[in-house]
Amino acid sequence: MSARAQTYLWFAQRLSGAVLALCVAVHLATIILAVQGGLSAAEILGRTRGSTAWAAFYAAFVLAVAVHAPIGLRAILREWTLWRGRGLDAAVALVGVGLALLGWRAVGAVVG
Amino acid sequence: MPGQVDALTVSVWRGAAAGRYVDYQVPHRTSQTVLDIVTYIQRRLDPTLSYRFSCRVGVCGSCAMTVNGVPRWTCRTHVDRVAKDRKLEIGPLRNLPVIKDLATDMRAFFDKWARAKGQFQPPATPAADFARVDPASAARREADAAIECIGCAVCYSACDVVAWNPDYLGPAALNRAWSLVNDVRDAGGAERLAAVSGDAGCHSCHSHQACAERCPKQLNPTAAIAGLKRATLKAALTGAL
Repeated sequence: MSARAQTYLWFAQRLSGAVLALCVAVHLATIILAVQGGLSAAEILGRTRGSTAWAAFYAAFVLAVAVHAPIGLRAILREWTLWRGRGLDAAVALVGVGLALLGWRAVGAVVG
Repeated sequence: MPGQVDALTVSVWRGAAAGRYVDYQVPHRTSQTVLDIVTYIQRRLDPTLSYRFSCRVGVCGSCAMTVNGVPRWTCRTHVDRVAKDRKLEIGPLRNLPVIKDLATDMRAFFDKWARAKGQFQPPATPAADFARVDPASAARREADAAIECIGCAVCYSACDVVAWNPDYLGPAALNRAWSLVNDVRDAGGAERLAAVSGDAGCHSCHSHQACAERCPKQLNPTAAIAGLKRATLKAALTGAL
């Protein structure tokens, strides 16, 4: 991988990490506020169903996870195993695609 | 003996990669350094002990060892500050192959300075005049912060990323590269930034700051590495990398 590509990889992880910090804070605050009146599936769906704002928020959350996690996983695998090269890069990219697809599917289920 | 108050039990690594700690009884004196201890053992108790030192005043960077689990410059480390229950454990630096006893093979450490393009690169055409560098300029101040390294490898030994990833250039080489990135006379530019990027370079740093914590000169290689991360990103975005 070129020096430029690796630099962008680092930047993508930094940027997605910053987005995640915000998303996790909002997500946790929402959970704490939401359980005040009792937690139920109906209550959650009542808040999210048809909401463009929550759809956009969680879609961005999923995207940040799908970018952040594979890059971190790649670094961990490089440090703790002997796995290197294109096979590793392809495998973690696949993890990212999987996280995005599963995450967006879940978002679709609660806002649709 | 003047200044002698009691005895220390000193465990010293003997052997190469395979070896063991051997205990020695050494007289404890006031203002005694860890290097004094090692020298006493070699001159009075066991002349076969191998270790490395030169200046004895914190300039040359050759006497670094692991003292009670922590990498330190032994010539400026007072025994009273590090001994626990009158005991000391002195071993070779971590992350470097042991040649014998307390002497490590420093080749990998210095080869990485070369890989990080840690040498001054003059421009193809010699400058017509002296470079005028404002001491208050941001670049000069960044270079000042990185320039006092004595090459002792304490940071390299303290760095977990070096332990996990043997290709990683390490704090000292990256710190050196950062001082040259901020040298306005240097023409190494993008080539050096490419050399310090990626899996073996600045982007692998976890910012644990063990290097900054242990550096005997109170330098901050983590900050230098953060500077390299910013510089490489800027170069990538402008097409220079």
